[in-house]
Amino acid sequence: MERRSDAPASPYKVIGTRPIRHDGEDKVTGRAQFAADVNFRDQLYGKVLRSPHAHARILAVDVSRAQALPGVKAIATHQDLPTLGEAMLETGEGAENTKYMTDRILASDKALYKGHPIAAVAATDPWTAEQALGLIEVRYEPLPAVVDVLDAMQPDAPLLYPDVTTSTLGKRERKATNVIRHTRHQRGDIEKGFAQADHVIEREFRTATVHQGYIEPQACSALARSDGQITVWTGTQGAFPVREQLATLLKLPLSQIKVVPMEIGGGFGGKIQVYLEPLAVILSRKSGRPVKLGMTRADVFQATGPAPRVVSRIKLGVKRDGTLTAAKAWLVYECGAFPSVYGVMGANMVLAPYRLANVQVDSYDVLTNTSKTAAYRAPASPQALFGTEAVMDELAERLGMDPLELRLKNAVEEGDARVDGLVYPRLGLKECLRAALASDHYRSAPPKGPNRARAVALGYWHNNSFTSSATVGVNMDGTASVVTGSTDIGGSRASMAIMAAETLGLKAEEVRPSVADTDSIGHTDVTGGSRTTFATGYAVYEAAQDALAQLKTRVARLWDVPADQVEFREGAFHGTGDGKGDGKGNGHPPLTVRQLGKELARVGGPVLGSATVSPKGVGPGFGVHIADIEVDPETGKVTILRYTAVQDVGRAIHPAYVEGQMQGGVVQGIGWALNEEYVFNDQGEMLNPGFLDYRMPTMPDVPRIETILVEVPNPGHPYGVRGVGETPIVPPLGTLHNAIARAVGVRLRSLPMSPPKVVQALQEKARAEAVAARPG
Amino acid sequence: MTTNRVVTATINGVETPLLVDTRMSLLEALRDAAGLTGTKEGCLTGDCGACTVILDGRPVDSCLVMAAEVEGAAITTVEGLARNGALHPVQQAFLDHAALQCGVCTPGFLVSAKALLDKNPAPTEEQIRYWLAGNLCRCTGYEKILSAVQDAARSLKTTR
Ligand code: FES
Ligand code: FES
Repeated sequence: MERRSDAPASPYKVIGTRPIRHDGEDKVTGRAQFAADVNFRDQLYGKVLRSPHAHARILAVDVSRAQALPGVKAIATHQDLPTLGEAMLETGEGAENTKYMTDRILASDKALYKGHPIAAVAATDPWTAEQALGLIEVRYEPLPAVVDVLDAMQPDAPLLYPDVTTSTLGKRERKATNVIRHTRHQRGDIEKGFAQADHVIEREFRTATVHQGYIEPQACSALARSDGQITVWTGTQGAFPVREQLATLLKLPLSQIKVVPMEIGGGFGGKIQVYLEPLAVILSRKSGRPVKLGMTRADVFQATGPAPRVVSRIKLGVKRDGTLTAAKAWLVYECGAFPSVYGVMGANMVLAPYRLANVQVDSYDVLTNTSKTAAYRAPASPQALFGTEAVMDELAERLGMDPLELRLKNAVEEGDARVDGLVYPRLGLKECLRAALASDHYRSAPPKGPNRARAVALGYWHNNSFTSSATVGVNMDGTASVVTGSTDIGGSRASMAIMAAETLGLKAEEVRPSVADTDSIGHTDVTGGSRTTFATGYAVYEAAQDALAQLKTRVARLWDVPADQVEFREGAFHGTGDGKGDGKGNGHPPLTVRQLGKELARVGGPVLGSATVSPKGVGPGFGVHIADIEVDPETGKVTILRYTAVQDVGRAIHPAYVEGQMQGGVVQGIGWALNEEYVFNDQGEMLNPGFLDYRMPTMPDVPRIETILVEVPNPGHPYGVRGVGETPIVPPLGTLHNAIARAVGVRLRSLPMSPPKVVQALQEKARAEAVAARPG
Repeated sequence: MTTNRVVTATINGVETPLLVDTRMSLLEALRDAAGLTGTKEGCLTGDCGACTVILDGRPVDSCLVMAAEVEGAAITTVEGLARNGALHPVQQAFLDHAALQCGVCTPGFLVSAKALLDKNPAPTEEQIRYWLAGNLCRCTGYEKILSAVQDAARSLKTTR
């Protein structure tokens, strides 16, 4: 099903091939060790007491009866955490204000969402720990909860914090509020821009709270030794960020904490913030024994970061020829119970694909009594671009223009600036649009018959870089090992091995990749933000270059020439010069790393290359999706008949896993568009905290997902890599909204476009048509 | 209150006595008492399929079965799919097709797919999709899992 566009012939030998991933066998035989698989002979089992109220004052917590229960070894409450001042801790896909961090881990004077941890218990078995939770007496004074973001912005809304004020365009206001921040970007003159337009459309949109939905619930174990040294085994997107968060929360030096990243069962942004790890450490400190903690699925839904709900108003103006003249966007992002930064990010995303002279974007971050929102694949972007892509489609309909051509006419390219001023480097949006126009899917006849249609939408994510470290060791037989600090969530070990192999002139199978703990490799930020193949891959490349530089001295010794007369190209060491036996190594045939291996013992032994990099040249990720759908007007069910994702992937290191990222992102986007939502009552209680009622796509819900990989190499990376993981979750929201509109003539501007909402919209449309048709 | 008892079941072909707490699910017994941590927990409510094992010939969610119920039963877990170091064709196909990303859903899919192919060696795409409807994967979008199961069916046919 997968097709590649006619990209220029690859200059590479290993990059672009599809070797079996090195860690694959352990994962198909059940040997791979995830966090919940770690056990210690003398371990204790931890459980967490959580607030039943979304908003309540905590008047008293009495643990004495629980403490007295035989088998209970330790209890943690807020008193076990220090008070921290105001500071921003960057965790990878969103910074956290340390002032609120300890309250997020264990509530102090107020419970701020249902599921907020109040205390944690460690006992000799899980049943005793559970029983102990029931013996902890908490006196609450329930307070009115504020659940909806627009309600939370009202002047008379219940306040989560007495001292939080708005930072408006960088300046602090005086009055306490739930609105923590107002961000604005402006360019040109929007009044003038809209006046130049032949058509102006403005619409309001809402997205629902959705969850990352990783299949593995959070789990970890911790051991605090009596000498103060701490080890944590956990499933995380970033062992180093876990270490930093723990050091901050517990006021410890980083060197006192070791974090061992286990295999991770999905994260998608949801396994960056710590939740259980600090509790496990405190309980282990108090009991002197290893403590294991895990979440139930209901805990995962209610007490780990979902993606923010967003309300948006999008206004676009266009000339008759399809040129956009002005754009205005107003966005409200839900923080949940603690400050977050997704509104700031959304402001950058909302109009990112389009070249605009006149633009104004306002966005707000707003507190509500729900779990603190977290990153979820392309954080902030799907919610922002949903509305933009819907309005673009309406404009295309009004203009009678092909929706891809309309986008092509306004698409950004290298040198254009985003609203916040970021100037785009080389990017492949236009290439994607042309590939979509030329695709078999788009050129095939649109689906025939009533209630069927085809539609498109775009997606964007800026992609991250941050810092990564790697070592590349060349063994005594010329094979190699690669070590990085990046947790492998989706096959990144294979990509690292491929890039090392390409650099060293080896086969992918001759390189052994692994992921190290925080003691065994240099600092490496999260696996997230589509940064791993880019930045960690960059570190692997640099480490391999470092190894090659050292090997050159070995070759020079072997050939008895100065090292500067040895060069490495086309997978082998060569002498420099004219190729005759000239004393510059040229009498020797080219020597591969593998061949050199056999000689290494004689000429200085094995080498270890290493690198820590923070590369600057991140390449933005753009994609275009095409869907054919059918709506059943009786049931409201949307069936996807055909789906194609086109994306600029820079350079596909392991194309099968690139396709896999795209297909996985598409299906998460389909779930977001059609079914997934937190259903809250007015008390802020989630009514569907399980997979039965929170409906993620299953295998029969989705069609085959076709992929077209467009390769516009990123000049900022030695192998042209740009991140690919985030972008594909963005377009499905707009694509399916547009397809439903084109199939049955209703625009569902509030997600999810679930069967009951589709039916209701069709009934309203029928009623309106009947009224309009009534004579007189 | 001690509620321990010994339950003996044939696990992956080996008769295995397990000391279990009667409050344990089969999932917990396999993971904690037998040390077979290949079977995964995703929900404990029968909604994700990560804990799928074959119990007396039928795929079941082991989180919904009590450990005490399996006395005398035959159980196949993901650890029992490979024979003498050779992967089952469905395991090989998952590797060949890159049908796993994080891999936490993989044991459940492999066991469910094996149960399907034992029963129906030539399933259609629709039969595969509906048979595996109880297994959630959040990473792959299912595309490559489908290809892998189709491929495993083909290679089982040629080796049969
Ligand atoms: S853990 Fe058994 S079905 Fe999810
Ligand atoms: S591979 Fe991660 S859930 Fe399926």
